Amino acid sequence: MFQFALEKGKSSSLFDTTPKWDFLIIGGGPAGFNAALYAKRKGLQVGLITSEVGGQLHNTSTVDNYLGIQWIEGKDLSNAFFDHINTLEVPILKDVHVLGIEKQGFDFLVSVSDGKQLLTKTILLATGGAPRQLGIPGENKYANKGVSYCTTCDAPFFKGKHIVVAGGGNSAAEAVLDLVPWASQITVVHRSQWRADNILLEKHQSVPHLTVHLQTEIKEVLGDEFMTGLRVFHKDTQTEEIITADGLFIEIGTVPKNNLVKDFVAVNERGEIIVDDNQSTSEPGIYAAGDVTHQPYKQIIIAAAEGAKAALAVNQYLIHQYKGA
Amino acid sequence: MSRLLDSNLQNQIREHLSPMKESITIVLFTKSEPCETCNETKQLLSEIAELSDKITFVEKDLKADQALAKEYGITLTPSFVMLDHTGSYRGVKFNGIPAGHEINSFLSAILDMSGLDYGFSPELIERIKKISKPVNIKVFVTLSCPHCPGAVQNAHRLAMLNQNIEGEMIEAQTFYELSTKYKVSGVPKIVINDKIELVGNQPIESYMKQLEAL
Repeated sequence: MFQFALEKGKSSSLFDTTPKWDFLIIGGGPAGFNAALYAKRKGLQVGLITSEVGGQLHNTSTVDNYLGIQWIEGKDLSNAFFDHINTLEVPILKDVHVLGIEKQGFDFLVSVSDGKQLLTKTILLATGGAPRQLGIPGENKYANKGVSYCTTCDAPFFKGKHIVVAGGGNSAAEAVLDLVPWASQITVVHRSQWRADNILLEKHQSVPHLTVHLQTEIKEVLGDEFMTGLRVFHKDTQTEEIITADGLFIEIGTVPKNNLVKDFVAVNERGEIIVDDNQSTSEPGIYAAGDVTHQPYKQIIIAAAEGAKAALAVNQYLIHQYKGA
Repeated sequence: MSRLLDSNLQNQIREHLSPMKESITIVLFTKSEPCETCNETKQLLSEIAELSDKITFVEKDLKADQALAKEYGITLTPSFVMLDHTGSYRGVKFNGIPAGHEINSFLSAILDMSGLDYGFSPELIERIKKISKPVNIKVFVTLSCPHCPGAVQNAHRLAMLNQNIEGEMIEAQTFYELSTKYKVSGVPKIVINDKIELVGNQPIESYMKQLEAL
């Protein structure tokens, strides 16, 4: 009934008193949390800054592919991660945005939206991704007027309605299952073939009133005051169709949240931060982990593992390579 | 009715509330006629109040105490306001039960109202205090929305810093008609003075941009 994100003690006040951090983590998802865990255990002076505890885990209704946990709600897994970090009393600065990162000698100065300026020897960017947009006419116009990027948030507004889910990956397949209690009719539209796990697609067999259009592109969101439908193009038959629908839930992956560093670390053509085997970016002392990096598989367990790798690599960097005082 | 908060949660919340500086009062309005979630809200608030000797919980009836309801601008049930240690209404209002993710905006409002520093820069506080026109900020939420508590927290903090500003959480499913009136189909939806709409959990700067342009 309650999804707490409570911090233990007053360790966040360390952000006012610590003159220089060994390691500041930006991002409160699986990558950031696991990096905090590993760094703290190594004895580093580590802090975590996040605008929202849980990151993209909160957009996930259920998780059933995290080893050792057969089934858990995304928010509960997030809370479990958070509780674990709290037991180690890692200082967490919540509900703030990092405004900028500036190099200062061998260190970095991190500017935070609450006015704090934090000096640190190393940084982990674990900022994750934001929902990717289709980039079609009508999408912005009908945002929150039928078009949604958060199934768990907005599904209750579509009771008894027809909803189209855009996408063909695990997120889209899960969105279909999340919508079952609410929608009277669900249609999936995806431009190519399913990429979702079989185990999810098998569950679709029991979803009533589900229609799937593969090899179909959404061209336009139609409506008047609210969205009323979509114009789609079936690539196999080369025909257009108007699908009448009340909602469009877009689940086509994420775009990396790289705006803090895209001008001074190397990114690929998709804007993802390029990292080496140690999660190190092109800028010594700056590391990245999770969905913001160029690794192709955006999974919770992979993000968490990258966070661990980054923390261990940071520890080595501080011992052997860091040149500051 | 069994307790909503088990002993583990009670301990966590008790510890979380321990830094409270001044005392606060929570005034809940319910009604005797059928009221969705009135009982649950009353139970939640009274269980939370038991966890700190700095929280006083008072229940009022919307009809019997209509003068007080009018003073706080309350027309819905369940709705509650938070008063500071002097008993002053500071524009912090919740319409609907703050369960699910909203427990976080609720607990945050308690700490903030008790006088804890919430980390705004002196420049930002100065700008907020300069807002001279009356402002009402409605934040529509669902309890399953992880991005919503941040939006509610910002609206409440603005209210606490300026008597001209009122911030209210509205749980969209409980107040379905109101949500329909404001055409809510995605949350958080922020409505300023019933005319300016912001979508998503906006940073405080986005609020300020709108408020300073009023």
